[in-house]
Amino acid sequence: MKIASKFTVLSAAAACLALSLTGCGSAAPEETGVNGATGSEPVTLTVGTFNEFGYEKLFEEYEELNPNVTIEHKKAATTNEARDNLTTRLAAGSGLSDIEAVEVDWLPELLQYPDRFADLKDSAVEGRWLDWKAEAATTPDGKLLGYGTDSGPEAVCYNAELLKKAGLPTERGEVAKMLGTTWDSYFQAGKAFKAASPDSAWFDSAGAIYQGMSNQLEKVYEEEDGTVIATENQQVKDTYKQVLKASTEDGLSAHLKQWSDDWASGFQTGAFATTLCPGWMLGVIEGNASGVAGWDVANVFPGGGGNWGGSYLTVPTQGAHQAEAKKLAGWLTAPEQQIKAFTAKGTFPSQKEALDSSALLGQTNAFFNGAPTGEIFAERAKAVDVTPFKGTKFFAINDAMQQALTRVDVDKTDDAASSWEKFVTAVKSL
Amino acid sequence: MAVTDRVKPRSPRRQSLPPEGTKGVRRLAFSQKVSKWDVKVSPYLYISPFFILFALTGLFPLVYTAWVSLHSWNLIGGQGKFTGLENYAFAVAQPYFWNAVGNTFSIFVLSSLPQVVIALVVAAVLDANLRARTFWRMGVLVPFVVAPVAVGLIFNNLFADQFGLINEMLKAAGLDPVRWHSDSLASHLAIATMVNFRWTGYNALIFLAAMQAIPRDVFEAATIDGAGRLRQFFSVTVPMLRPTVIFVVITSTIGGLQIFDEPRVFDQSGLGGADRQWQTLTMYIWELGWGQRNFGRASAVAWLLFLIIVLIALLNFLITKRIASQGGRK
Repeated sequence: MKIASKFTVLSAAAACLALSLTGCGSAAPEETGVNGATGSEPVTLTVGTFNEFGYEKLFEEYEELNPNVTIEHKKAATTNEARDNLTTRLAAGSGLSDIEAVEVDWLPELLQYPDRFADLKDSAVEGRWLDWKAEAATTPDGKLLGYGTDSGPEAVCYNAELLKKAGLPTERGEVAKMLGTTWDSYFQAGKAFKAASPDSAWFDSAGAIYQGMSNQLEKVYEEEDGTVIATENQQVKDTYKQVLKASTEDGLSAHLKQWSDDWASGFQTGAFATTLCPGWMLGVIEGNASGVAGWDVANVFPGGGGNWGGSYLTVPTQGAHQAEAKKLAGWLTAPEQQIKAFTAKGTFPSQKEALDSSALLGQTNAFFNGAPTGEIFAERAKAVDVTPFKGTKFFAINDAMQQALTRVDVDKTDDAASSWEKFVTAVKSL
Repeated sequence: MAVTDRVKPRSPRRQSLPPEGTKGVRRLAFSQKVSKWDVKVSPYLYISPFFILFALTGLFPLVYTAWVSLHSWNLIGGQGKFTGLENYAFAVAQPYFWNAVGNTFSIFVLSSLPQVVIALVVAAVLDANLRARTFWRMGVLVPFVVAPVAVGLIFNNLFADQFGLINEMLKAAGLDPVRWHSDSLASHLAIATMVNFRWTGYNALIFLAAMQAIPRDVFEAATIDGAGRLRQFFSVTVPMLRPTVIFVVITSTIGGLQIFDEPRVFDQSGLGGADRQWQTLTMYIWELGWGQRNFGRASAVAWLLFLIIVLIALLNFLITKRIASQGGRK
């Protein structure tokens, strides 16, 4: 009997552990939030984010403004981790935070299940965001599922030292002029660079350039009714060919897969002269290129404006405090707070008003040769005029496309034609 | 106690105890009843926690996965219509599936074989009279304690194609760099290295435990007969370790066929390479389930993997039986 009772204790302990590991979602609100409940009931709101949103100070501020609210922050290290967490708990029907941050590319899938998220439409926040930002989170029947946080307007970052060695202009205004406003002129500048400096490449990765180019197409892989057009879309075919021609025939690519160890080392070894950079990429470049002098940002983006990434705050309907959560999400995404988050972690705001704020426009970045990053990215954000339609299969097809480019550009196991064939097979198997 | 009780539960001696008055008889009868129950039920109670846990964590998921695999099933949306064996037919018709099967076996062979051999040698060395024995014995277990993701980080740095340590060394030696992330076999070797790094020490300790159970006088006799250390290893140690070797082979087979962590962290996107050079079966399941949100297909592939493992286990069992009976005849 002794053994049995010991086992009971053990299994009970194991069960407790298992329960606490799975998180069980929001903490019981009754237990916390005792400090001076003025008027309304004390509540604990959980907020799930990933990477860096720059919200730590803002939470403290909100708690001071609203003594009945206690905020619990759950921060995932990577977007993939956050996405897996979100989808599994959505599927399970419980365990999500009161506010969940989602990335722009996850939206097409989530928009299929509008009843899992609270409608955040409110006259108080009408017209707060850039049009394309709000549109991406709106269902066909007009429900707003997420409040926009940061955005990813793209510019071109370049290594002035390498340009200097190749005898090209290095001052950011002149560089912008040299790069031009079309992809052709960008590749042309690359050829001039390559001719003078054969040891370095013009850009880091075919995949990254394709990402920038395809984000300027109205329709990429799917029609609005869900028909997959990825393999027939002439624009996709042309983009694919153009990128790979520049990468292999013209030798402009450093043949590095983005986010790989080789890519990270490439910043240190001067493997490439330019890279497309959304606002949030500045921190990544600074981290990878620490100790390397010469990085700068040109106020230009080939082929018109472009947006890469950016997030939203959603309020899942499984939460117990949706009204309070909506209020907090609205406050966090208000222009004043977005400026504070930008100052803290460099997340570039997606609000119209924030883009004109002097705090933002005055922002400079010491690592990028003191470039006026606030002003540059504000202009880049205003230049974005196309939001590509992304359907439910976007994620999977884009993965297949990136693999197709990698096979030719990085692995060199295929040529453009045979890799395209494999891409077609992959899309058919979805 | 319980064991002997179970062997002869209705011992005549107990039943023919002389009566000691009504009270005594009743008390005896009651305790007899209890002990009878004890004998019959307790063993099952003692082992029941395992079966309850197994039913909860093993059997239920298994059956539920089979149920899911017969439907079209979205990760978020949940159950769709019943499709019968369509998901299985889809999986078997996919070249990606067979590619994953091939990769899984290739990585498994490349990791398991050297692992068992090296572990045996390491164990033999640890079994010898070393100074600071405990230190060395703990030492071989250190890689096992390192999280697979951390191992991935370290080895990714070693095996990076352009600026990785190994390729830098090859270049310095005037050799061609190896294309770790584009050549299929090279990527399997790199991943097998990670697996071996983690598991060799663990297996070595199991072998060591078994080696220490070998009676020392066998070695003494061998020494007297004039057998050297090497001869003793091959003619005494290895044959006497046969059951342990079989155990290690079976566990590493199951582990090897389910390999996920190491190939998953071998690059950033985790799909097993642009041409699926190192996509294993479990990674394919992950891609179908969490990448494409298609739980029906993912479950079907999971069941196919289960069947493959059962098949291999059966094969293992047959071979083991032969080896065991051969051992017995000697």
